[in-house]
Amino acid sequence: MTGGTIRGLGVSPGVVGAPLARLAPPVRTSPADPVTESPEGALARVEWALGAVAAQMAERADRVGGVAAEILITTSAMAADPSLVSAAAEQLRAGQPTGHAVTLAVEGFCAQLEAHGGYLAERVTDLRDIGARAVALLAGVPMPGVPAPGHPVVLAARDLSPADTATLAGSDVVALLTEEGGPTSHTAILAKSLGLPAVVGCPASAELPDGEFVLVDGSTGEVRVGPDAMGGVRTGSVGNGPVGTGPVTSATGPVTSAAEPAATGLVKSGTGPAATGPGRTRDGRPVALLSNVGTAADARAAAGSEAEGVGLFRTEFLFLGRRTQPGVDEQTEAYAEVLRAFGNRPVVVRTLDAGSDKPLPFLRLGAEENPALGVRGLRTAIRYPETLADQLTAVTKAAHSVGRPVKVMAPMVATSAEAEHFVVIAREHGLDDVGVMIEVPAAALRAGELLDVVDFVSIGTNDLGQYTMAADRAAGALGHLLDPWQPALLDLVALVGAAGRARGKPVGVCGEAASDPLLAAVLVGLGVTSLSMAPVARPAVFAELRGLATEDCAAIAEAARSGVGADQARDRARTVRDERWSVRP
Amino acid sequence: MTVPPTLSSQVRHCSAYPGVEPTVPSRTVTIASRVGLHARPAATLSRAAAATGLPVTLSVADKQPVNASSILAVMSLGVGHGQSVTLTAEGEGAEQALDTLAALLASEQDGQ
Repeated sequence: MTGGTIRGLGVSPGVVGAPLARLAPPVRTSPADPVTESPEGALARVEWALGAVAAQMAERADRVGGVAAEILITTSAMAADPSLVSAAAEQLRAGQPTGHAVTLAVEGFCAQLEAHGGYLAERVTDLRDIGARAVALLAGVPMPGVPAPGHPVVLAARDLSPADTATLAGSDVVALLTEEGGPTSHTAILAKSLGLPAVVGCPASAELPDGEFVLVDGSTGEVRVGPDAMGGVRTGSVGNGPVGTGPVTSATGPVTSAAEPAATGLVKSGTGPAATGPGRTRDGRPVALLSNVGTAADARAAAGSEAEGVGLFRTEFLFLGRRTQPGVDEQTEAYAEVLRAFGNRPVVVRTLDAGSDKPLPFLRLGAEENPALGVRGLRTAIRYPETLADQLTAVTKAAHSVGRPVKVMAPMVATSAEAEHFVVIAREHGLDDVGVMIEVPAAALRAGELLDVVDFVSIGTNDLGQYTMAADRAAGALGHLLDPWQPALLDLVALVGAAGRARGKPVGVCGEAASDPLLAAVLVGLGVTSLSMAPVARPAVFAELRGLATEDCAAIAEAARSGVGADQARDRARTVRDERWSVRP
Repeated sequence: MTVPPTLSSQVRHCSAYPGVEPTVPSRTVTIASRVGLHARPAATLSRAAAATGLPVTLSVADKQPVNASSILAVMSLGVGHGQSVTLTAEGEGAEQALDTLAALLASEQDGQ
């Protein structure tokens, strides 16, 4: 394809253009691969490949600094270890093909490290990465994982795993484009947290060749392809608009081709007036506009924004990729860092949301036929109560060490008995502002019961949508069912909002729905008192609510719920909103 | 899991297991690092061992000695905090090199 426009679902705002690069799959080696060189020749190439990987790691260490640099230096030392070359030499002498000899050498050491467990076993990921990189070099194919060509790229993939996306921060990637995935996919959530424009659910992107220039609009879902798109950037968008924390800062790579002078990282940000002060409706009703954060780095970035606090601190990020559970001290430090970043602004810590869809080696939950319906969220605490106890201890200690209050909430609660169980444990740990998430339709239907035992609730619209519509969040083909405008989902939110109002208790929303300005108005109209979103979405939501009074929001919500299907709900809400939105008091 | 033959072959020219051959200089030392010889302390040791330019071995309990200049071999021993290890080295300056390496293992490297 050389030109034209393709479409997907815009899930993270911003416009950016750059050459396309793909997530390279790791090369699989096999003893059946052809042996094409003498053992001596192969050994020389293996030494070269491992040396090149070691040099690359050392170079990356120079660029990143800090703790990440230390890890990279150690990884570089492993790649440069003569024992690895000797082990590969042994395999080559035994007649193994070149690439497979490296794989076997690496696996030999992995097995020994894994046998020790703990810290040592965790290093096998790094060791296998070294092997995969060396094998890719030997095969003359791109290195696996996120491409790092040294200039900005739009990363294209079928879909991204949490492991892939974890390495995006500080990379050359300035936008994401995936064939699959919906508005609540991991790709979408991570893109927002990093401020990367993203378009998901775009099957046509599979046809785009590497290096093709693409202009990705993360608001409209439009992807312009080829030289025309470059022209579009040059005339329409450079340095235009309040850029803020967008990817423009990372867009400083060298131009790779004289024929593509504008091809590297030209960025236009989202639109909307500057947001100042706390969120409120035109008639002055406060609606706290909070941030979703997953890491201390997220928290520092979000704390620099106008966000009035953290509505969802996802603690999984500390646990994912670990073979052993992080200790209380390590957890305390990680939580304290987030609390410290936000000073006196409220922070809601969500306890571990693990399950067989987000497996953790130290929680042996086993494989499940239906992980989304299995032992996950608070349900894991029944089998592993000490994991929850440790986490609550760490949250309490972190709050004490920083000298400020903290709120906690549990994920995946279905009944008021579960909610009460969590409240009792949390209070035993000295936590006095305790809530639960509403993600299960049963919890929404009986929200009053739950609110009688907790201090607040927070609606996770992503999971609530998944369970209401019986549509897997990971299934790209079901994106239309996962549309947060589905009136059935809005009905459930309305039930929760009404229950909260009746009891004078806060009802938040921390799903992706909160970041759609028009839908945010609907949620406020349904009785929601705070909205938590990626910081990049806040200015637009702030501006939307400033132009609507409480009664306008109620009217928009009513219009949305009168719609049949998501599209009609959205259209009807839009019509009423356009009649009523005004910045005049 | 057995130690790959390559590791023992690295050691072969050192000609001695600690305690068996009294003429080989050796030091026995208790690991001070709170986390044992995991990746970073192992990297520090292997770098220092390689810098001596001598064949240096590290052994623990009843396992075969390994080449102390190899970070992977050192990590593979899985040495924990408080465990006792033996270093050997041969050649000119071996005694001094062993003193340096033993001091390194006996110091807490965690804060570095």
